Amino acid sequence: MSLINSVPEMVLTTKIDEILNWTRKSSVWYMLFGLACCGIEMMQTGGPRADLERFGAAPRATPRQSDMMIVAGTLTLKMALRTKVLYDQMPDPKYVISMGSCANCGGLFQLAYSVCDGVDKVIPVDVYVPGCPPRPEALTEGLLKLQEKMMQERWLVRRTPTEGEARAA
Amino acid sequence: MTPVEVYQKVKERFGEAIESFNEKALDPYIVVKPDAVVEVCRFLKEDPSLAFDCLSNMSGVDLIKEGKLQVVSHLYSYPHRHSCVVKVDVPRENPTMPSLEGIWKAANWQEREIYDLVGVIFTGHSDLRRILMPEDWVGHPLRKDFVEPEEYHGISTRRESLLK
Repeated sequence: MSLINSVPEMVLTTKIDEILNWTRKSSVWYMLFGLACCGIEMMQTGGPRADLERFGAAPRATPRQSDMMIVAGTLTLKMALRTKVLYDQMPDPKYVISMGSCANCGGLFQLAYSVCDGVDKVIPVDVYVPGCPPRPEALTEGLLKLQEKMMQERWLVRRTPTEGEARAA
Repeated sequence: MTPVEVYQKVKERFGEAIESFNEKALDPYIVVKPDAVVEVCRFLKEDPSLAFDCLSNMSGVDLIKEGKLQVVSHLYSYPHRHSCVVKVDVPRENPTMPSLEGIWKAANWQEREIYDLVGVIFTGHSDLRRILMPEDWVGHPLRKDFVEPEEYHGISTRRESLLK
């Protein structure tokens, strides 16, 4: 018997949801997916000056142990297929931050024959961080925005299914 | 040795295999016929006074107006500290040429790249397959008449303009 989506709505559920979400947002382990120059900035954001680990975000090398994937760098068509495979290997609930203009929309290399225009053509993205490359402070703000998004999620309350879930059922 | 002297040495040994020599260019180059390029390059490498032991670069050019593909090799000699350029023209309809991998090992990946992006087929190469593009890519992207495909494995390559 699962607790998710099972409890009727009362005052206490919001508080419990907030506590659950607070525990989840304080420990978002991200997968190192640095493809190009944005990867250097991602490494610096994990470095001592703008520290991502003070928010609980530890870098992991494998998708199996990570909650989040920071796509940092230009996505080529050859890599896009592998990105989908790696995204599928992440366990739920998973999030994606698209870092830099190359991952957002193809960026500087939009017209190239081998570049996939934006990582959202293969996987769903939660937060887009613009920049070329985004400063470590910008990526930190992207993580904070993702944490705000995680706080809005409601798990306990029994609710009517969304359109997507109704279609899938 | 100056490039003109290198050309003289090659010319007196292989008269008929040389197509032309351009002295006026910034890097004077020798144009060699495709079937004879292996002997000429082996002579360039093994002759003691020439000793071009390093293939610095090999690249492919698409000269669509003249209807041919061109392979340009830059050679450098560490013992004598001189360099020279060897060019080979292949027709577009049948772009084959012998591989230089037996002479300089560096030609292995260079020729794979030229095959991948320009489409020149190197006979005698040990492992001629695509190196930069995905294995199931169709076409040679750096040709002037290359048309970008509409989609690749379901990923659309078209993007609407943001300026509308």
